[in-house]
Amino acid sequence: MTRKLLTGNGAAALGARLAATDYIPAFPITPQTEIIETLSGWIDRGEMDARMVTMESEHSMVTAAAAAAASGIRVFSATSSQGLLYGMEMLYTVSGWRAPFVLVNVSRGLASPITLEPDHNDIMSARDSGFLQLHCATCQEVLDSTLMAFRLAEDERIRLPVIVNMDGFYLSFTREPVEVPDLETAQMFVGEYDCENIRFRASAPVSQAVAVLGGAPYSYFRYETHLAAQNGLAVYEQLSVEFAAQFGREYPAIEAYQCDDADIVFVMLGSFATKAQAAVDQLRKAGNKVGLLRPRLFRPFPAELFRRLLAGKAGVAVIDQNISMGMGGVLHSELAAALYGHPQAPPQLLSFIGGLGGRDISLEEFFEIAEVTRNAVAQKQTPPPRLLYTEQELREMRKLQAVARVERDELNNSGAVKND
Amino acid sequence: MTEKTVSIYRSMKDLPSTHLLGTGTPMCAGCGGLEALNQLYDIIGDKSVFVNAAGCMTLLSVYPFTPFRGSWLYTSMASAPAGAQGVRDALDILMQKQRMNAAEDMQVVVLTGDGSAYGMGLSATSGAIERDLDFLYICYDNEGYGNTGQQFSAATPHGAKTSTSTGPRGYPGFKKDLFAIWAAHKPAYVATVVGAEPVDLARKIEKAMSLKGPRMLIALSPCPTGWEYDPRETVSIGKLAVKTGIWPLKEYIDGQVVHTKVPRERKPVEDYLMLQGRYRHLFEPQRNDELIADIQARVDRYWNKLDQ
Repeated sequence: MTRKLLTGNGAAALGARLAATDYIPAFPITPQTEIIETLSGWIDRGEMDARMVTMESEHSMVTAAAAAAASGIRVFSATSSQGLLYGMEMLYTVSGWRAPFVLVNVSRGLASPITLEPDHNDIMSARDSGFLQLHCATCQEVLDSTLMAFRLAEDERIRLPVIVNMDGFYLSFTREPVEVPDLETAQMFVGEYDCENIRFRASAPVSQAVAVLGGAPYSYFRYETHLAAQNGLAVYEQLSVEFAAQFGREYPAIEAYQCDDADIVFVMLGSFATKAQAAVDQLRKAGNKVGLLRPRLFRPFPAELFRRLLAGKAGVAVIDQNISMGMGGVLHSELAAALYGHPQAPPQLLSFIGGLGGRDISLEEFFEIAEVTRNAVAQKQTPPPRLLYTEQELREMRKLQAVARVERDELNNSGAVKND
Repeated sequence: MTEKTVSIYRSMKDLPSTHLLGTGTPMCAGCGGLEALNQLYDIIGDKSVFVNAAGCMTLLSVYPFTPFRGSWLYTSMASAPAGAQGVRDALDILMQKQRMNAAEDMQVVVLTGDGSAYGMGLSATSGAIERDLDFLYICYDNEGYGNTGQQFSAATPHGAKTSTSTGPRGYPGFKKDLFAIWAAHKPAYVATVVGAEPVDLARKIEKAMSLKGPRMLIALSPCPTGWEYDPRETVSIGKLAVKTGIWPLKEYIDGQVVHTKVPRERKPVEDYLMLQGRYRHLFEPQRNDELIADIQARVDRYWNKLDQ
């Protein structure tokens, strides 16, 4: 075990290398590109015994990854944002092939407007695809989750592809000290991939991904995939215990921070939860019993664990770094579905949207969120979802709009643009 | 190799007498695509993985049946060549790392219709050729989105009626020259075939099998339901496509295009057109001499250019 300064991208690449990945179909996209550049460098220098192929799109990349996995080898790939969406048809398609592989998604906000900075709308769009999802908050976690993801994907009770998610910029390009396991220990943990009957061989012809006629066989295979994903809950539990024993780092399906005695609990995904964690410390100093839950496992959704961790709490504030237009935060709805009707469920479940396109969530805002939640508990009334935005931000936005207006008027007056 | 000296297929007598592909598939009666596939599969053999794109032939393998003796993987409409890339690379990696015996290796075969080949899948195909992927590509070209009821595609010929070109002049566009597009990539092999010319077809798949790299075949696939003719006419329509010069049988190899069956005296195109309901508007209620002459002129121009 050595300690190294690694970016999230570097940690993901190293995870793929330590897991003895055979094959990496790739396609560049910001902020993921460093992952494939790193892997490509190792392969070119003969330091990694794998093959990389640069495809002409993410749609083809996901197809090639799954087709190779369906042929019985260990496969890794990575993408971001628009790339994940471009490959989306295949995400939904290949989970049904039941061919395990690992895909790292470096989260980035979706167009329009186009941006490079992070939020979770990209990964949320893969929510129902059949891929399992692990969400990371540190570079260490990216490396460790990549190793765990292979175990999860390849487990015979699951046999599904897994996405490891990290936030663009905040993790992808941020260097953090990372404990790097040695190759032998890592490979002992990940193990060799036994594809069993998921393969193409001349002596054992198979037809994979064939059509069905009628709803009954279709439903059967879809239910099978769902049940396999559900198996992920128990498998993950075992895996995290085994990982902790081997490496000394604990990764429960939901990371709980200061929750035991908390009456108000924040719920957040990904690296922005570390901002919430810092806020919890400050709120506690100011006498507020606030805690934080950060689900690492998002698919399968650890509903029962949420119910247990939130039992008897007064209020919950879900801070979603995504927005489902016309509805609100996705994690908020998921949690509402998990808690509704359970006698011990917190009476107040509030929704906040923040951190879109890399927008910061300040300490003051976490204080405000705690305050609004406490008021809702006292008044027994849930406020509508809150879109976080400060007066200062609005003023800056108005300035940009003013500049845009001045420039447009200038063009109109000079006759360069027809004014209609 | 040159076909004259090496090919084992000199006449119909040399072709396999039984077919490898199973019977009872849900393809339409008289399907020209299935006619070609039957012949191709006999020579490709069961040591193969067919990587399929959305199209008529997706319905060949419906759970729990398949007519293939070898393997099959359905992908999507756009990405069958990428699926072939994944399978080919995986088999190569397994052999290279000595985790699989070479006897377990297979031909990787992409099977798509014209909708995928000429349009949605063209980017993935271009990528696969550019990466010099060692694979066979079979396009069954029935000149329209056949599986959804024959809407026009980029493969639809000028003037043909389809379910989305029902006006008196039929499809206003022109059939895309996929052979030239593929050949421009300089793959190992490109050929046009038709099931109605089995010896020519056999020689071409035989040649393709003897080569490495991207090997591409376009099979004109007369389609009774889409082209509106009696299923028993499939073979004669296929032969007429060649005899009128509408479907030139040719191959690209080593940078050269060679025509493998040149109709010395071309039959008039209307012999071919008038057998098909999709061209009925050229003859009824009034004969459209102008459009028929236009179609004839384009065919003549193609062949005259070759003679020069």
